[in-house]
Amino acid sequence: MVTDAGTSPGSHARDPRSDPEAMAALVARAQAGDDKAFEELVNATHVETYTLARRLTGDDDDARDVVQEAYLRAYRSIGRFRGEARFSTWMYRITANCASTQLGRRRRHRHEELAEDLVVVDTRPELDPVAQADASDLRTRVAAALEELPPKLRAVVVLRDVYDLPHEAIAAELGISESAAKVRLHRARRKVKERLFPAREPGERPDGEDH
Amino acid sequence: MRVACDDLTEQLATVASDDGALDRGARRHVDGCLRCQADLVQHRRVLRALRSLRTEVLEPSPGLVTEVLAHIEEGSERHAIRSLLTGRRAAYIGGLAAATAAAGAAGAIVLATRTKGRRLPLAG
Repeated sequence: MVTDAGTSPGSHARDPRSDPEAMAALVARAQAGDDKAFEELVNATHVETYTLARRLTGDDDDARDVVQEAYLRAYRSIGRFRGEARFSTWMYRITANCASTQLGRRRRHRHEELAEDLVVVDTRPELDPVAQADASDLRTRVAAALEELPPKLRAVVVLRDVYDLPHEAIAAELGISESAAKVRLHRARRKVKERLFPAREPGERPDGEDH
Repeated sequence: MRVACDDLTEQLATVASDDGALDRGARRHVDGCLRCQADLVQHRRVLRALRSLRTEVLEPSPGLVTEVLAHIEEGSERHAIRSLLTGRRAAYIGGLAAATAAAGAAGAIVLATRTKGRRLPLAG
Protein backbone atom coordinates (compact mmCIF):
# COMPACT_ATOMS: atom_id res chain seq x y z
CA MET A 1 0.00 0.00 0.00
CA VAL A 2 1.31 3.42 -0.95
CA THR A 3 0.40 6.70 0.70
CA ASP A 4 1.72 10.25 0.65
CA ALA A 5 4.29 10.93 3.39
CA GLY A 6 2.72 14.29 4.16
CA THR A 7 -0.61 12.76 5.01
CA SER A 8 0.51 10.05 7.41
CA PRO A 9 -2.12 9.37 10.02
CA GLY A 10 -1.52 10.45 13.57
CA SER A 11 0.41 13.66 12.81
CA HIS A 12 0.33 16.31 15.55
CA ALA A 13 2.43 19.22 16.88
CA ARG A 14 4.96 17.20 18.91
CA ASP A 15 5.14 14.32 16.50
CA PRO A 16 8.87 13.55 16.01
CA ARG A 17 8.10 12.85 12.34
CA SER A 18 7.28 16.51 11.80
CA ASP A 19 9.06 18.16 14.76
CA PRO A 20 12.87 18.05 14.59
CA GLU A 21 13.18 19.16 18.23
CA ALA A 22 10.97 16.32 19.41
CA MET A 23 13.09 13.95 17.32
CA ALA A 24 16.34 15.34 18.75
CA ALA A 25 14.96 14.98 22.28
CA LEU A 26 14.06 11.35 21.62
CA VAL A 27 17.52 10.65 20.20
CA ALA A 28 19.16 12.26 23.26
CA ARG A 29 17.07 10.10 25.60
CA ALA A 30 17.90 6.98 23.58
CA GLN A 31 21.60 7.86 23.72
CA ALA A 32 21.30 8.13 27.48
CA GLY A 33 20.10 4.52 27.56
CA ASP A 34 16.33 5.06 27.59
CA ASP A 35 14.97 2.01 25.74
CA LYS A 36 11.47 3.46 25.72
CA ALA A 37 12.79 6.45 23.76
CA PHE A 38 14.41 4.13 21.23
CA GLU A 39 11.11 2.30 20.88
CA GLU A 40 9.44 5.64 20.15
CA LEU A 41 12.11 6.34 17.53
CA VAL A 42 11.31 3.03 15.88
CA ASN A 43 7.60 3.86 15.96
CA ALA A 44 8.21 7.26 14.43
CA THR A 45 10.59 6.20 11.66
CA HIS A 46 9.87 2.57 10.77
CA VAL A 47 7.55 3.34 7.85
CA GLU A 48 10.18 5.52 6.15
CA THR A 49 12.87 2.95 6.86
CA TYR A 50 10.68 0.18 5.52
CA THR A 51 9.93 2.25 2.40
CA LEU A 52 13.62 2.61 1.64
CA ALA A 53 14.32 -1.05 2.41
CA ARG A 54 11.40 -2.09 0.20
CA ARG A 55 12.63 0.08 -2.65
CA LEU A 56 16.18 -1.26 -2.31
CA THR A 57 15.29 -4.92 -2.05
CA GLY A 58 12.10 -5.03 -4.12
CA ASP A 59 10.71 -7.63 -1.76
CA ASP A 60 8.58 -7.40 1.38
CA ASP A 61 10.26 -10.22 3.33
CA ASP A 62 13.74 -8.95 2.55
CA ALA A 63 12.68 -5.42 3.46
CA ARG A 64 11.38 -6.55 6.86
CA ASP A 65 14.64 -8.39 7.56
CA VAL A 66 16.62 -5.32 6.53
CA VAL A 67 14.53 -3.05 8.77
CA GLN A 68 15.05 -5.35 11.77
CA GLU A 69 18.79 -5.52 11.25
CA ALA A 70 19.03 -1.78 10.61
CA TYR A 71 17.34 -0.92 13.91
CA LEU A 72 19.47 -3.43 15.80
CA ARG A 73 22.61 -1.76 14.43
CA ALA A 74 21.16 1.66 15.20
CA TYR A 75 20.36 0.56 18.76
CA ARG A 76 23.92 -0.64 19.27
CA SER A 77 25.53 2.46 17.80
CA ILE A 78 23.11 5.21 18.80
CA GLY A 79 25.83 6.55 21.11
CA ARG A 80 27.97 7.31 18.07
CA PHE A 81 25.24 9.33 16.33
CA ARG A 82 26.46 12.93 16.63
CA GLY A 83 23.40 14.69 15.26
CA GLU A 84 25.23 16.32 12.33
CA ALA A 85 22.70 14.77 9.97
CA ARG A 86 19.04 14.07 10.62
CA PHE A 87 18.29 10.83 12.41
CA SER A 88 16.34 9.65 9.34
CA THR A 89 19.38 10.27 7.10
CA TRP A 90 21.53 8.30 9.51
CA MET A 91 18.96 5.50 9.37
CA TYR A 92 18.97 5.62 5.54
CA ARG A 93 22.70 4.97 5.54
CA ILE A 94 22.41 2.06 7.95
CA THR A 95 19.47 0.67 5.97
CA ALA A 96 21.40 0.94 2.70
CA ASN A 97 24.28 -0.94 4.26
CA CYS A 98 22.02 -3.68 5.63
CA ALA A 99 20.17 -3.97 2.32
CA SER A 100 23.46 -4.37 0.49
CA THR A 101 24.42 -7.20 2.84
CA GLN A 102 20.99 -8.80 2.57
CA LEU A 103 20.98 -8.67 -1.22
CA GLY A 104 24.45 -10.19 -1.36
CA ARG A 105 23.20 -13.04 0.80
CA ARG A 106 19.98 -13.51 -1.20
CA ARG A 107 21.75 -13.46 -4.56
CA ARG A 108 23.42 -16.70 -3.66
CA HIS A 109 20.15 -18.41 -2.79
CA ARG A 110 17.41 -17.45 -5.17
CA HIS A 111 16.31 -15.79 -8.40
CA GLU A 112 15.20 -12.22 -8.56
CA GLU A 113 11.45 -11.92 -8.37
CA LEU A 114 9.49 -9.13 -9.96
CA ALA A 115 7.39 -7.44 -7.34
CA GLU A 116 3.73 -6.70 -7.77
CA ASP A 117 2.70 -3.39 -9.26
CA LEU A 118 2.51 -0.52 -6.83
CA VAL A 119 -0.65 1.53 -6.67
CA VAL A 120 0.30 5.16 -6.30
CA VAL A 121 -2.11 7.77 -5.05
CA ASP A 122 -1.14 11.43 -5.13
CA THR A 123 -3.44 13.44 -2.89
CA ARG A 124 -1.79 16.84 -3.24
CA PRO A 125 -4.58 19.28 -4.13
CA GLU A 126 -2.33 21.74 -5.94
CA LEU A 127 -2.14 19.46 -8.93
CA ASP A 128 -4.88 19.58 -11.50
CA PRO A 129 -6.51 16.24 -12.30
CA VAL A 130 -4.79 15.80 -15.67
CA ALA A 131 -1.32 16.65 -14.34
CA GLN A 132 -2.06 14.53 -11.28
CA ALA A 133 -3.01 11.55 -13.42
CA ASP A 134 0.04 12.06 -15.61
CA ALA A 135 2.44 12.39 -12.67
CA SER A 136 0.85 9.46 -10.90
CA ASP A 137 1.11 7.34 -14.02
CA LEU A 138 4.77 8.24 -14.54
CA ARG A 139 5.56 7.58 -10.89
CA THR A 140 3.88 4.19 -11.08
CA ARG A 141 5.91 3.35 -14.14
CA VAL A 142 9.12 4.65 -12.57
CA ALA A 143 8.50 2.58 -9.44
CA ALA A 144 7.89 -0.50 -11.61
CA ALA A 145 11.03 0.25 -13.66
CA LEU A 146 13.06 0.53 -10.47
CA GLU A 147 11.89 -2.86 -9.31
CA GLU A 148 13.01 -4.40 -12.58
CA LEU A 149 16.55 -3.07 -12.24
CA PRO A 150 19.31 -5.36 -11.02
CA PRO A 151 19.69 -4.75 -7.25
CA LYS A 152 23.15 -3.18 -7.58
CA LEU A 153 21.88 -0.56 -10.02
CA ARG A 154 18.62 -0.05 -8.15
CA ALA A 155 20.46 0.72 -4.92
CA VAL A 156 22.46 3.63 -6.32
CA VAL A 157 19.62 5.26 -8.21
CA VAL A 158 17.25 4.98 -5.24
CA LEU A 159 19.80 6.36 -2.79
CA ARG A 160 20.92 9.18 -5.09
CA ASP A 161 17.84 10.27 -7.01
CA VAL A 162 15.07 9.39 -4.57
CA TYR A 163 16.80 9.93 -1.20
CA ASP A 164 19.41 12.46 -2.31
CA LEU A 165 22.34 10.84 -0.51
CA PRO A 166 25.76 12.09 -1.69
CA HIS A 167 27.88 9.84 -3.91
CA GLU A 168 30.43 9.50 -1.12
CA ALA A 169 27.87 8.14 1.36
CA ILE A 170 26.40 5.78 -1.21
CA ALA A 171 29.82 4.38 -2.06
CA ALA A 172 30.67 3.96 1.63
CA GLU A 173 27.46 2.13 2.51
CA LEU A 174 27.50 -0.14 -0.54
CA GLY A 175 31.17 -0.94 -0.13
CA ILE A 176 32.18 0.32 -3.58
CA SER A 177 34.31 3.18 -4.90
CA GLU A 178 32.78 6.55 -5.63
CA SER A 179 33.55 6.20 -9.33
CA ALA A 180 31.87 2.79 -9.40
CA ALA A 181 28.83 4.34 -7.74
CA LYS A 182 28.69 7.02 -10.45
CA VAL A 183 29.03 4.48 -13.25
CA ARG A 184 26.22 2.41 -11.76
CA LEU A 185 24.09 5.51 -11.40
CA HIS A 186 24.47 6.36 -15.09
CA ARG A 187 23.61 2.83 -16.13
CA ALA A 188 20.63 2.73 -13.81
CA ARG A 189 19.24 6.05 -15.04
CA ARG A 190 19.67 4.98 -18.64
CA LYS A 191 17.86 1.71 -18.01
CA VAL A 192 14.98 3.44 -16.24
CA LYS A 193 14.66 5.93 -19.06
CA GLU A 194 14.80 3.21 -21.72
CA ARG A 195 12.10 1.33 -19.85
CA LEU A 196 9.83 4.40 -19.71
CA PHE A 197 10.66 5.82 -23.11
CA PRO A 198 11.67 2.93 -25.35
CA ALA A 199 14.23 3.85 -28.00
CA ARG A 200 12.93 4.58 -31.47
CA GLU A 201 13.90 2.48 -34.44
CA PRO A 202 17.24 3.46 -35.99
CA GLY A 203 16.79 6.35 -38.36
CA GLU A 204 13.47 7.39 -36.85
CA ARG A 205 13.53 10.90 -35.41
CA PRO A 206 10.90 12.80 -33.48
CA ASP A 207 11.09 15.57 -36.05
CA GLY A 208 11.63 13.28 -38.99
CA GLU A 209 15.18 14.63 -39.52
CA ASP A 210 18.53 12.94 -39.38
CA HIS A 211 21.51 14.43 -37.53
CA MET B 1 34.48 19.27 -33.91
CA ARG B 2 31.09 18.03 -34.99
CA VAL B 3 29.03 16.62 -32.11
CA ALA B 4 26.80 13.59 -32.75
CA CYS B 5 23.69 12.66 -30.79
CA ASP B 6 25.26 9.42 -29.55
CA ASP B 7 28.21 11.35 -28.09
CA LEU B 8 25.84 13.19 -25.78
CA THR B 9 23.90 10.30 -24.30
CA GLU B 10 25.84 10.28 -21.02
CA GLN B 11 26.15 14.05 -20.81
CA LEU B 12 22.43 14.65 -21.23
CA ALA B 13 21.65 12.31 -18.35
CA THR B 14 24.18 14.14 -16.17
CA VAL B 15 22.92 17.58 -17.14
CA ALA B 16 19.33 16.57 -16.43
CA SER B 17 20.32 15.68 -12.88
CA ASP B 18 22.07 19.02 -12.24
CA ASP B 19 25.38 17.19 -11.75
CA GLY B 20 27.05 18.91 -14.67
CA ALA B 21 26.78 21.25 -17.61
CA LEU B 22 27.12 20.93 -21.38
CA ASP B 23 30.13 22.44 -23.07
CA ARG B 24 29.60 25.04 -25.79
CA GLY B 25 29.76 22.58 -28.72
CA ALA B 26 27.33 20.19 -27.09
CA ARG B 27 24.96 23.02 -26.18
CA ARG B 28 24.97 24.28 -29.77
CA HIS B 29 24.16 20.77 -30.97
CA VAL B 30 21.29 20.34 -28.51
CA ASP B 31 19.87 23.75 -29.42
CA GLY B 32 19.46 22.58 -32.99
CA CYS B 33 18.64 18.91 -32.42
CA LEU B 34 15.08 17.92 -31.57
CA ARG B 35 16.16 14.37 -30.83
CA CYS B 36 18.57 15.47 -28.11
CA GLN B 37 16.09 18.01 -26.77
CA ALA B 38 13.50 15.25 -26.48
CA ASP B 39 16.12 13.05 -24.82
CA LEU B 40 16.88 15.78 -22.28
CA VAL B 41 13.19 16.31 -21.53
CA GLN B 42 12.78 12.57 -20.97
CA HIS B 43 15.76 12.48 -18.60
CA ARG B 44 14.27 15.37 -16.63
CA ARG B 45 10.85 13.71 -16.45
CA VAL B 46 12.41 10.50 -15.17
CA LEU B 47 14.37 12.41 -12.57
CA ARG B 48 11.32 14.37 -11.42
CA ALA B 49 9.36 11.15 -11.12
CA LEU B 50 12.19 9.53 -9.14
CA ARG B 51 12.36 12.51 -6.77
CA SER B 52 8.61 12.48 -6.32
CA LEU B 53 8.87 8.95 -4.96
CA ARG B 54 10.56 10.50 -1.93
CA THR B 55 7.23 11.93 -0.72
CA GLU B 56 5.53 8.57 -0.76
CA VAL B 57 5.71 5.84 1.79
CA LEU B 58 5.03 2.16 1.39
CA GLU B 59 3.04 0.99 4.39
CA PRO B 60 4.36 -2.24 5.86
CA SER B 61 1.85 -4.84 6.94
CA PRO B 62 1.14 -4.73 10.70
CA GLY B 63 3.58 -6.17 13.20
CA LEU B 64 6.83 -4.71 11.92
CA VAL B 65 7.54 -2.65 15.06
CA THR B 66 6.98 -5.72 17.23
CA GLU B 67 9.35 -7.72 15.02
CA VAL B 68 11.97 -4.97 15.22
CA LEU B 69 11.79 -4.72 19.01
CA ALA B 70 11.93 -8.52 19.39
CA HIS B 71 14.98 -8.62 17.10
CA ILE B 72 16.70 -5.93 19.17
CA GLU B 73 15.95 -7.80 22.39
CA GLU B 74 17.19 -11.07 20.95
CA GLY B 75 20.26 -9.37 19.49
CA SER B 76 21.02 -7.66 22.79
CA GLU B 77 20.76 -10.95 24.68
CA ARG B 78 23.09 -12.64 22.21
CA HIS B 79 25.44 -9.69 22.52
CA ALA B 80 25.38 -9.87 26.32
CA ILE B 81 26.08 -13.61 26.31
CA ARG B 82 28.91 -13.12 23.84
CA SER B 83 30.37 -10.35 26.00
CA LEU B 84 30.15 -12.58 29.04
CA LEU B 85 31.87 -15.43 27.24
CA THR B 86 34.49 -13.07 25.86
CA GLY B 87 35.06 -11.74 29.37
CA ARG B 88 35.42 -15.23 30.79
CA ARG B 89 37.72 -16.24 27.98
CA ALA B 90 39.83 -13.15 28.59
CA ALA B 91 39.99 -13.93 32.31
CA TYR B 92 40.94 -17.56 31.57
CA ILE B 93 43.64 -16.56 29.11
CA GLY B 94 44.86 -13.87 31.52
CA GLY B 95 45.04 -16.40 34.36
CA LEU B 96 46.86 -18.86 32.14
CA ALA B 97 49.32 -16.19 31.07
CA ALA B 98 49.90 -15.14 34.69
CA ALA B 99 50.47 -18.75 35.76
CA THR B 100 52.90 -19.31 32.87
CA ALA B 101 54.76 -16.14 33.75
CA ALA B 102 54.93 -17.12 37.42
CA ALA B 103 56.21 -20.60 36.51
CA GLY B 104 58.78 -19.08 34.18
CA ALA B 105 59.96 -16.67 36.85
CA ALA B 106 60.22 -19.46 39.42
CA GLY B 107 62.17 -21.60 36.97
CA ALA B 108 64.52 -18.72 36.23
CA ILE B 109 65.14 -18.17 39.95
CA VAL B 110 65.85 -21.86 40.50
CA LEU B 111 68.23 -21.95 37.54
CA ALA B 112 69.97 -18.79 38.68
CA THR B 113 70.36 -20.16 42.20
CA ARG B 114 71.81 -23.46 40.94
CA THR B 115 74.20 -21.71 38.58
CA LYS B 116 75.35 -19.44 41.39
CA GLY B 117 75.85 -22.49 43.67
CA ARG B 118 78.01 -24.28 41.09
CA ARG B 119 80.17 -21.23 40.47
CA LEU B 120 80.92 -20.46 44.12
CA PRO B 121 83.66 -23.13 44.65
CA LEU B 122 85.42 -22.04 41.49
CA ALA B 123 85.41 -18.47 42.68
CA GLY B 124 87.05 -19.52 45.98
